[in-house]
Amino acid sequence: MTDERTTPSADDTGDAADAGERPVRPWEVAPPERQNREQPKAKRRVTVAEVLADVPEDAVIVARRLTKRYGDFTAVDRLDLTIRRGEVFGLLGPNGAGKTTTVLMLLGLTEPTKGVVRVLGLDPTREPLAVKRQVGYLPDNVGFYPGLTGRENLRYTAKLNGIPRTAAEARIDELLAEVRLEDAADKKAETYSRGMRQRLGIADALVKSPSVLMLDEPTIAIDPAGVDELLALLRRLVAEFNLTVLLSSHILGQVQSLCDRVGFFSAGRLVAAGPLAELAGGSDQPIQMEVAIEGPPSAIDPVVLAVPGVTSVAPDPQEERLRIVSGSHDIAAPVAAALASAGLTLVHLRRRGTDLMELYRKYVPEGIDGRAR
Amino acid sequence: MAAPADTSRRAQASRRARRAEKAPSGGWRTIAAKEMADHLASTRFFVLLLVVAIAAVVPLLFISNDISSQAPTLSGTKALFLALFVVGSKSIGSVTTVTFVALLVPLVGIAFGFDGINSERNQGTLSRLLAQPVHRDDVVNGKFAAGIAVIALMLAALVAFIAAAGIIRLGIIPAPEEIARVVAWFLATVLYASFWLAFALLLSVVVRGAASAALIGFGTWLGLILFGSFLLPIVAAAIFPTNTGGTYNDLFASTTAQQLFLRLSPAQLYGDIGNALLNPTVNNVLGFGNVGQAIASQEQLPTLLSLDQSILVVWPQIVLLTALTVAMFALAYVLFLRQEVRA
Repeated sequence: MTDERTTPSADDTGDAADAGERPVRPWEVAPPERQNREQPKAKRRVTVAEVLADVPEDAVIVARRLTKRYGDFTAVDRLDLTIRRGEVFGLLGPNGAGKTTTVLMLLGLTEPTKGVVRVLGLDPTREPLAVKRQVGYLPDNVGFYPGLTGRENLRYTAKLNGIPRTAAEARIDELLAEVRLEDAADKKAETYSRGMRQRLGIADALVKSPSVLMLDEPTIAIDPAGVDELLALLRRLVAEFNLTVLLSSHILGQVQSLCDRVGFFSAGRLVAAGPLAELAGGSDQPIQMEVAIEGPPSAIDPVVLAVPGVTSVAPDPQEERLRIVSGSHDIAAPVAAALASAGLTLVHLRRRGTDLMELYRKYVPEGIDGRAR
Repeated sequence: MAAPADTSRRAQASRRARRAEKAPSGGWRTIAAKEMADHLASTRFFVLLLVVAIAAVVPLLFISNDISSQAPTLSGTKALFLALFVVGSKSIGSVTTVTFVALLVPLVGIAFGFDGINSERNQGTLSRLLAQPVHRDDVVNGKFAAGIAVIALMLAALVAFIAAAGIIRLGIIPAPEEIARVVAWFLATVLYASFWLAFALLLSVVVRGAASAALIGFGTWLGLILFGSFLLPIVAAAIFPTNTGGTYNDLFASTTAQQLFLRLSPAQLYGDIGNALLNPTVNNVLGFGNVGQAIASQEQLPTLLSLDQSILVVWPQIVLLTALTVAMFALAYVLFLRQEVRA
């Protein structure tokens, strides 16, 4: 996982790579003036091919030294990111850390100042349509045409994607059922609640049958119950359609259960990336697990305590069916095996999340509210 | 993963390829179709249609009364059909259909454009729309095309109604030449409306609030109508001050400047075009350059110009109005393409 971590000292790939890379379009904003960073005089030009040489075969989203500046303000600073097929990657960070800008650059909606982007092997600034055809996008604060019904809004998206009418209708029906909006489908979008709009937004992103999904703050401004429902929906859809997902959020707790890997964004830089457990500080740390079985939970205690490595078992204060098992990092498999051989049916086994606030403080020094300038 | 070598020739080729990349949906046509459906279903369309209909039909009623009461003396009058559009009844202060349309067309143009882009932005639909496989310019093009189509539809209905009323109520049979003139005037009116539509689209790109954009748009329209003739001398005087001790040359420069500004004003351009197209007797819309021309025109026998000659008379105006419209649209287009997607 070394390629996701930013390497601020290695400063030799970016400039040359994008000198040829940045397309010149007369109607686009002129790129801000290059800052004269101290560089060795006779610098070898690095080709895009070299920059992308270490990219794995199954990488779907690749960013190398991706930079976006607005005038003097650097929104995204030399981002290196690799997301493989089938992965769910969470981009975490406070508001204004550059998450949305990153997503927009990956979609080709904003042109990078510098750096290399590849989505499904394509350059979004060069071939925006080919990228947009395969990438579903749920924008931050998604909106719909208020005068059209939910179904009509999806129909318009299908039309813009050139999906034939009958295929589109079938797909829309399927998706509306999937996000449980069949009943509201023929009501005007202006009557929808925030949660319904968000669910319709997910259906909208999926209309084109994408292989990649980019979700910008999918859980923002939804009540906790709605968030759970939304995450369950996303989890089901990701598995069902075999999607690669990039999602951004500033609320870690809400998305952690969904993500295979997370990246912490702070002031335009990706300060850490990897599986949550790894980021939490080493994989050999003691862990806690939730365990539940069919029948009385007290039956768990003697069986589990006999497993080597388990240090304690305690009832969960909130959920009486659960037992919290503490022990070394590798107890999950032996605990499950022991329960099975004792004739108990395991119905729930989950590793308790690490303390996310701790992580946040560790990686995002400026805190939740905003960026350090 | 394929990592193409980035030679500059390759970069150029792919730049060309990007433009050639075809939208899977027919791009702007899909957007235009949706926009047009929205417009036609909107209250806005209904209200404007009503306003335009009333404004155009009231003069028609009065003038057709006048015409039928004087019918015996009018037999053999040339271009009587066109009189339905250009002659105003004395009983309502000589207001004609054409003057009403000239007044209202900017209103219609602004009304169908002022919230084109900014409402998409405010609703949060713009980023969703642009995340679909369409080019960014398809959005502006589609909206402009839809606006023109709706305005053309409205005006066509109006013209057809007036013509039908003339034929049925008065029994005036239009000559082919007259029909051609009305069609030419219709096209010029659509062009004029397009100018205001492009102006409104520009506002919708630049001004974030739809209400502010509407206020600025309608304010400009009212300002030009109410204060245009009033402001003109002031502006001209600011550039060429005519002191009390000013020479004849100073006065002349000031007047020339006023005329120049007047001739650049889209309202004046459209007025001239409409005047020449609907009135075959008009052979000069610019006024006289010197005394000799004025005398010559008085000595001229009154003749009716053919349509191509009438078009020739106002050809500069047509070209200029087209140029202004294209420039206005180009400005809106470029600014929209340069804008960041996020609000």
